[in-house]
Amino acid sequence: MTDHIETDVVIIGAGPVGLFAVFELGLLDIKCHLIDILPKVGGQCAELYPEKPIYDIPGFPMVTGQGLVDNLMAQIEPFNPTFHLNEMVESLESIGTPEAPLFRVKTSENGTTFICKSVIIAAGGGSFQPKKPPIDNIESYEGTSVFYAVRKMEMFRNKNVLIVGGGDSALDWTVNLQPIAKRLTLLHRRDAFRAAPHTVEKMRSLVASGDMDLHLGQVSMLKGENHVLEGAVIRKDDGSELTVDCDVMLPFFGLTMKLGPIADWGLNLHENLVPVDTEKFETSVPGIFAIGDINTYPGKLKLILSGFHEGALAAQKVHRYVYPEKKLLFQYTTSSTSLQKKLGVAA
Amino acid sequence: MGVIHVTDRAGQRHTLEAIEGWRVMEIIRDWGLPIEGLCGGACECATCHVFVAEGWLDKLYPPTGEEEDQLDTVMTQPNSRLSCQILWTPELDGLEVTLAPTGA
Repeated sequence: MTDHIETDVVIIGAGPVGLFAVFELGLLDIKCHLIDILPKVGGQCAELYPEKPIYDIPGFPMVTGQGLVDNLMAQIEPFNPTFHLNEMVESLESIGTPEAPLFRVKTSENGTTFICKSVIIAAGGGSFQPKKPPIDNIESYEGTSVFYAVRKMEMFRNKNVLIVGGGDSALDWTVNLQPIAKRLTLLHRRDAFRAAPHTVEKMRSLVASGDMDLHLGQVSMLKGENHVLEGAVIRKDDGSELTVDCDVMLPFFGLTMKLGPIADWGLNLHENLVPVDTEKFETSVPGIFAIGDINTYPGKLKLILSGFHEGALAAQKVHRYVYPEKKLLFQYTTSSTSLQKKLGVAA
Repeated sequence: MGVIHVTDRAGQRHTLEAIEGWRVMEIIRDWGLPIEGLCGGACECATCHVFVAEGWLDKLYPPTGEEEDQLDTVMTQPNSRLSCQILWTPELDGLEVTLAPTGA
């Protein structure tokens, strides 16, 4: 694709800190696009703890992870940011100068290209990726016999399918793939499932009618030559073992966060974190900023509120890159008519 | 005060001074051993998974439903626990745990 999107700022990560950066940039007339690997906004707040109460957001005695995200979305609505969800930033290339930075940002999934004046990395703990179970040699089967997501159900027709896990993904795919699989086996570590009750019921009735198998235990070994899976050895809690014949294995162990391609962007890193200064929260590359849990500096606290502050200060420096000729006037939303206009609340 | 013994993924055993009221995950992290604790102790990620040595398991409060749900997302053994859910008290002086392997 030769087409590209031109914008002022690309924000990598649509968690709370990336979302609030939209607000601070918006007040300074800076437009942005946000990219996130998840299919929804909110980052960890929405993915890991949507229902958990948070008690240390200023002005909110209590707010849930999802509640905070919903409020932030309402707050940044006047600035109309563009979201690119389900996409991971693959490459970040500097094509400008330190005085006038310019970047080319490319994502993986459908290969969107952005040209922008600044990049704000608000990637938290990195990008969410499927958790890979620590089983010897599992990598050698990935892509041929081991899959962490179902892209096309047809791939599994007439196959012996082993699904591992006890959550919604594991149970949903058990019920969906059972009719087309040659034989479907569900493996879970205990006889309790964290999934929609009717799906669990459906699975149990399929087991009762003999149309699928359910085993309790853990995979201890994979068998098969040349990247082609033939069977999995299952260890039960009592120490006994059994082998399940399978052509494919689908482990559904939830998501974890990995730094991912950020490591390849030529930034200084310190233990998977991006060092920044505490005046502008800029990285070792002028024009690339890092805010929120992904950055580090002396005294850093991984709190959402720190990320909000960092975004506000970074926006000041971004303004200089986006509008080098304009002098920035410091204003309050309580009193500035121009800010109130931007927020759509001017009288 | 007391200590905990932690065997890392290379098999090396470390004796760490413990602090009452801290989660075992926090003690391990504070001493700089490689434990991720991604969610910060909210029982939401299972990256602080440890194996508890024989004899210690029944001295701990049994896992809650929330902890069991998280343990579903890793490769467990019967002695698996999340170290963020173990609050250290002097009764746990000498607690022996092993860091579980992390996925690729």
